[in-house]
Amino acid sequence: MRRFLIPGVIAVTAVAVLALLTFGVSQQTDASSIDARVADGKFPLAPSAHVSLPILGSSASKTLADYRGKVVVLNVFASWCQPCAGEAPLLAREQQTLAKSGGTMLGVTYLDNSSASEQFAHRFHITYPVLRDVSGSFVRSFGTTGVPETFVINRAGRIQALQREPVTEQWLRRTLPPILAERS
Amino acid sequence: MRRGRLTTWLIAATLVVAAAGPAPATAAPTRASFTEIEQDVMCIACHEPLAVAQSPEAFSERAYIRTLIAKGMTKQQIEKQLVVQYGPAILAKPPAHGFNLLIYVLPPVLLIIAVVGLAITIPKWRRRSRAAEPLPAGPELDPDEARRLDEDLARHP
Repeated sequence: MRRFLIPGVIAVTAVAVLALLTFGVSQQTDASSIDARVADGKFPLAPSAHVSLPILGSSASKTLADYRGKVVVLNVFASWCQPCAGEAPLLAREQQTLAKSGGTMLGVTYLDNSSASEQFAHRFHITYPVLRDVSGSFVRSFGTTGVPETFVINRAGRIQALQREPVTEQWLRRTLPPILAERS
Repeated sequence: MRRGRLTTWLIAATLVVAAAGPAPATAAPTRASFTEIEQDVMCIACHEPLAVAQSPEAFSERAYIRTLIAKGMTKQQIEKQLVVQYGPAILAKPPAHGFNLLIYVLPPVLLIIAVVGLAITIPKWRRRSRAAEPLPAGPELDPDEARRLDEDLARHP
């Protein structure tokens, strides 16, 4: 019995370390898998759709699933991000068009404190809802590791387009009309 | 004798009261030091301690910490507020509960296992090496070979 004590302890330790590594790897979301599926036209369901996030400047919270049936242009941003400030006026304008066509912009803050995010929203006249992802797990599930990133989620709750860099007027004009035209 | 013992007790009691310091009600809360906080929090986006990070997110975090210090908050209150705003990942030392507990528990447990393992194994190895039989002696040299060996050794002093 004693003969097996040391090898047993070593084996248990090795299994524990392997389990830890497996757990760590399983927590990572591979951005390339979402990107590849979108590029292949196999639109993946938006992850973490039922995760409740607090609304910026309010005590209420919302989930992505609450917007099911609408086209959601989900923009991940931070007040400290210069490119986010660059695209913010365009997105604020786009909300007017989207609202008329059964869609909405939805901001999600990334590693930002609420007062700075509120100032940012005020500065760029953002009227669309902004959610706060305090733990960062919501945006990580989209494979986000930086800002800004934008995901277009269709009425069925699937990611149909994405941009892992600042959006442009051209990209919005090319991407949104066909998705808004779909009635599923 | 009795008086001496009483004096000793009185001195001991005075020392205890003095060591306890002023009553907490009168103690003013310590104002947080920016440098101290900066060393205990992370720039999450850049995966670096805030004290060395130079990214836009780091500058934003620093500005936020300064506003909290200006409000007169203590270090503990500021760290709590930072967790509310940025999540627990902002703390350089993660809180010791849940999965994070492993960080604190695993190293000493592994060390204890290693020490116990060595404590069991080393005496066994020593006993084994002591108990090992000496190598058997080779056959006796015949006189002729012994003479040749002596000659060879004499040639190479």
